[in-house]
Amino acid sequence: MLRRYGSQYAPAVLMIAVAVAAFFAFPFNLAFLTRILIMIVLVLSLDLVLGYAGIATLGQAAMYGAGAYAAGLFAIHVWADPVAGLLIGALAGAALAALAGLALMRTHGLTLIMLTIAVAQICSEIANRARDITGGADGLRGIRMQPVLGIWEFDFIGRTGYWYAFAVAAVVMVLLAVLVRSPFGLSLRGIHQSPERMLAIGAPVYWRRHAAYTLGGGIAGIAGALTAQITQLVSLETFSFALSAEAMIMLILGGTGRLYGAVIGTVIFMWVHHTAAANDPFNWLFVIGAMVLAVVFFLPTGLISLPPALKRLAKGGRHAGS
Amino acid sequence: MQGLEVRGLSKRFGGLVVSENIDFDLKPGDRKALIGPNGAGKSTFANLVTGILAPSGGTIRFDGQDIGGMGEAHRVKLGIAKTFQITTLFPEMTVRENLRLPILEREGRGFRMFRRASGDAAVEDEIGTLMAQFDLGPLADRPVRDLAYGQQRLVEMALTLALKPRVLILDEPAAGVPSSETHLITDAIARLPEDLAVLVIEHDMDLVFKVARSIVVLVQGRILTEGTPSEIAGNAQVRELYLGGGHD
Ligand SMILES: Nc1ncnc2c1ncn2[C@@H]1O[C@H](COP(=O)(O)OP(=O)(O)O)[C@@H](O)[C@H]1O
Ligand SMILES: [Mg+2]
Repeated sequence: MLRRYGSQYAPAVLMIAVAVAAFFAFPFNLAFLTRILIMIVLVLSLDLVLGYAGIATLGQAAMYGAGAYAAGLFAIHVWADPVAGLLIGALAGAALAALAGLALMRTHGLTLIMLTIAVAQICSEIANRARDITGGADGLRGIRMQPVLGIWEFDFIGRTGYWYAFAVAAVVMVLLAVLVRSPFGLSLRGIHQSPERMLAIGAPVYWRRHAAYTLGGGIAGIAGALTAQITQLVSLETFSFALSAEAMIMLILGGTGRLYGAVIGTVIFMWVHHTAAANDPFNWLFVIGAMVLAVVFFLPTGLISLPPALKRLAKGGRHAGS
Repeated sequence: MQGLEVRGLSKRFGGLVVSENIDFDLKPGDRKALIGPNGAGKSTFANLVTGILAPSGGTIRFDGQDIGGMGEAHRVKLGIAKTFQITTLFPEMTVRENLRLPILEREGRGFRMFRRASGDAAVEDEIGTLMAQFDLGPLADRPVRDLAYGQQRLVEMALTLALKPRVLILDEPAAGVPSSETHLITDAIARLPEDLAVLVIEHDMDLVFKVARSIVVLVQGRILTEGTPSEIAGNAQVRELYLGGGHD
């Protein structure tokens, strides 16, 4: 019994421990660590959409950007409460996904990918044109948040931002952990593995996919809102193709369809990016590229499967030939 | 009328006529077989009835209701289900999960987000009963992609039965199953609920003669004849079709 619970909660405990350790180990890198946490939320949203539901997208940044602009504008013009802003960001991301999803979820494969990219591009273009509201290419400035829950002021070093982002990431993680084990989550895996069979058991595949895309959009919107609130700036980059693509690489690196895979992939990608780019600003992409290739060829289920794979390898070594 | 009532059904793929003016009835308790050479249009007929394909003409009624324009999922909800000629399962899921999905969908719980999919004792009991019925118990927690093909065919049948259909169409349930294991399929068909309407599409004549009380012969999209097994066995045209190839 104890062992069962031990193995069930061990990853969660480990993650909290790592977050606490990182806070004390890198007190002057909190902004970077916070960026990792925000990316984790975005990549988790992609994991729900791509990893679980199998919806091929290279445009998750559309909902991230929508959440960021919505939360930023809300803070400037309406109310600067962080938690209320998160809800607005979630709503904006979900609303955009629900609307675009009506058309997108009728398509598959390459068509779907191209359309998701197009949606993000259109969003970017709208934000660019609506200068008076969004600040256009200069970005949305002047976001000043109130203390979190009325207690914790956002400070210059970024301590509040770090723990705030951590708390949000943890809540999202728990929500998704519940979701993917639910009948809904099981049906998404079903649609991913065999849409024909899902139709043949009477499942409304289109609406199930639409729901997954909308939920994923809401979570991406939360990630965007976090960025807006913590960095106090929203730029057109939030809609960028590069962001969508990087999120996908992080997910593939860590392992799709596994929540901890999204976390591990993001941490490793961001960390390699950070250190390799510092050492060699021009060639860090080679490092990432080599890692992705290695994972795709040798560990197609992602780095999350590295420990079990090593275990199998060790066993295989002992029973050579089997 | 209770059950399926197909009238003047036709289907064309471009210029190719695959179903031509088919009249067909299937009532509760029926055990019919649909036989015919490869490419006769048997799977196409099944796909028309279940809504995977849209007909080019004709009507399909179920319990008197016109279902010809209904989507596949909708027809499943009415109780029309079929197994696939080519096994169509959830390959990365365990046998248990494969059976859990249709039960949850049947019960309309597919949008529930805050409960464990495996948390309902009644559903888990039903999965257990189904697995026992098909001798799948020992394989419960294996991913179906790891199972032998014959075992996968059994999961395919169990999964479809989990929908508690009123009309069951089995598209070549024994295709690809080693002959040493076909009895599992035959037994499973023999044990189906008495009032279920069953249509078996099959090449294996032993199986057909064991389970069918009535046989429909389809050739080039048309119904050649329909009769009892002994009538069909004595029909000269049918014997000609199946001559030489024996039971193939
Ligand atoms: N989607 C399709 N498009 C075009 N032709 C098809 C399609 N499906 C089946 N056919 C053709 O229809 C004919 C009947 O196929 P099918 O119903 O699978 O036969 P059977 O199940 O009796 O072997 C075949 O000639 C096949 O090539
Ligand atoms: Mg066929």
